[in-house]
Amino acid sequence: MPDVLVLVDHDGERVNKTTYELLAAARRLGDPAAVVVGPPGTAARLRESLARYGATSVHAAEFAQAADFLVTPAVDALELAVSETSPAAVLVPATTDGREVAARLAARLDAGLLIDAVDLDSSGVVTQIVFGGSYTVRSQVTHGTPVITVRPGAFEPEELPGGAAEWTLVPPAVDPTTSARITDRRTVLAGDRPGLTEAAVVVSGGRGVGGAHGFEVVEELADAFGGAVGASRAAVDAGYYPHQFQVGQTGKSVSPQLYVALGISGAIQHLAGMQTSKTIVAVNKDPEAPILDLADYGVVGDLFAVTPQLTQEVAARRAVG
Amino acid sequence: MNIVVLVKQVPDTGAERTLSQADHLLDREDADLVLDEINERATEEALSLKESADAHITVVSMGPDSAREAIRKVLAMGADRGIHICDDRLRGADVLTTAKALAAAVRTVEDVDLVLAGDTTTDGRASAVPAVVADLLALPQVTHVRKLDVDAGRVRAERETENGEVTLDAPLPALVSVTEKINEPRYPSFKGIMAAKKKPVDTVDLDDLFPDADHTAFLVTRTRVLEAVPRPPRSAGTRITDDGSAGRQLAAYLIAQKLV
Repeated sequence: MPDVLVLVDHDGERVNKTTYELLAAARRLGDPAAVVVGPPGTAARLRESLARYGATSVHAAEFAQAADFLVTPAVDALELAVSETSPAAVLVPATTDGREVAARLAARLDAGLLIDAVDLDSSGVVTQIVFGGSYTVRSQVTHGTPVITVRPGAFEPEELPGGAAEWTLVPPAVDPTTSARITDRRTVLAGDRPGLTEAAVVVSGGRGVGGAHGFEVVEELADAFGGAVGASRAAVDAGYYPHQFQVGQTGKSVSPQLYVALGISGAIQHLAGMQTSKTIVAVNKDPEAPILDLADYGVVGDLFAVTPQLTQEVAARRAVG
Repeated sequence: MNIVVLVKQVPDTGAERTLSQADHLLDREDADLVLDEINERATEEALSLKESADAHITVVSMGPDSAREAIRKVLAMGADRGIHICDDRLRGADVLTTAKALAAAVRTVEDVDLVLAGDTTTDGRASAVPAVVADLLALPQVTHVRKLDVDAGRVRAERETENGEVTLDAPLPALVSVTEKINEPRYPSFKGIMAAKKKPVDTVDLDDLFPDADHTAFLVTRTRVLEAVPRPPRSAGTRITDDGSAGRQLAAYLIAQKLV
């Protein structure tokens, strides 16, 4: 079986769940080969978890500068790994950094790039959902080593305990005139909540929430579910909630098991970012709100009356369950 | 300082967008085409740099004849000249080919200090073209920027993504892509609109951009769409009006659906 390279998304100590999903996706095409880019010692910390989730080899591209420069260390490492392993494909998570790594790699390989795959078959045909959920597109790469970014949440991680062979990659030193240096890092204040694009449940608030204070009701329901909080553009523009939580055409696209829209009218730009959710629930005072026309369950009513009641029921149920 | 701003004309997200059945490409005839909003923010950043330092702004766009309107709008905002990459052979171009054409056009501008772009377009949403242009031009990529300072030959920027915020530092020349948060773009003034009509716009094609290339083997895309199927629109399910128990009814529905 040919190798399928998977770029490992990690924080230096732990592997992010999206990587396990990618290892499961890679198995459809060949032997998953994890590529770890980080300072010396990183691969040793991550190897066991990667092997448990199906990596048959771990390629360590370790150098002191790896975490000091934006994107280019991963591109250099993958370019080298491709030349050394001639893989069937390269899979990269469809995160902000991942998209840029994948695109630069494809450019260097002069290879076909497929963005944001939600499915993948053994012949390398990739399924994508485009234009905010209005089309399903099936595509394949016709030139070069396929480079594919995979949407977080699209695949289920698979535990496959086994050993992983170790390899060392020695990428060239970073050229500081062609790479941007990271001089400071601040993590986002997401707290204990899961990431918006990874959460199984997303609870979003819109302008109907009425203000930043009103978002507490949204957060309480999200926490009762163990889900993420989102916001419509109208709520973000009004300053109720930070931009990084915006769901929609100009924000993030989400596709959770359950999407709860509170006080969101359902402008087409918002619908574009969430209409691939499995189940949609909406609460809105306005019976004409467009979101009620596509909700699996719509409530016409005051979200400040309906939501706390729902939160209480959900919390009680989960406490028992 | 020489600044190049990359812009794109896109279908209005407020209108329905369709893929042509014949070639699975965007149906432009049915679409309402506008300058992508994020590009106005990239332009605004260039114009504010021009106000604080002497700068010349070139706007570059790739697209059919209609893309000239997008270029004119940026000229009306205050950019100095335009380059329009227009070639039927580029129809259906993917991320790589688009970035190659844009990079080749940037190379025709002398002594570029800064290339500015939006971080993602509302049609393709690959969020990848600026990074590839940086790779092809061997420039540091300073992408997804919500705050930018250019001073003493260096770029200092705040980048914000789902992984958090980082501060970036890079020497000029550099490529910067901006997020929606960076500024509020200005509107073209009447004077600006009149002045834009007199500003030069060069139209270039593949032969101009790649004079030595073998265009018979030119690849506009390295992928093939096998199938594009419209997804059925979602229809409304249950709808209730709150009588004081809607929260409990909703919870019962979610429990029945095994979502709690």
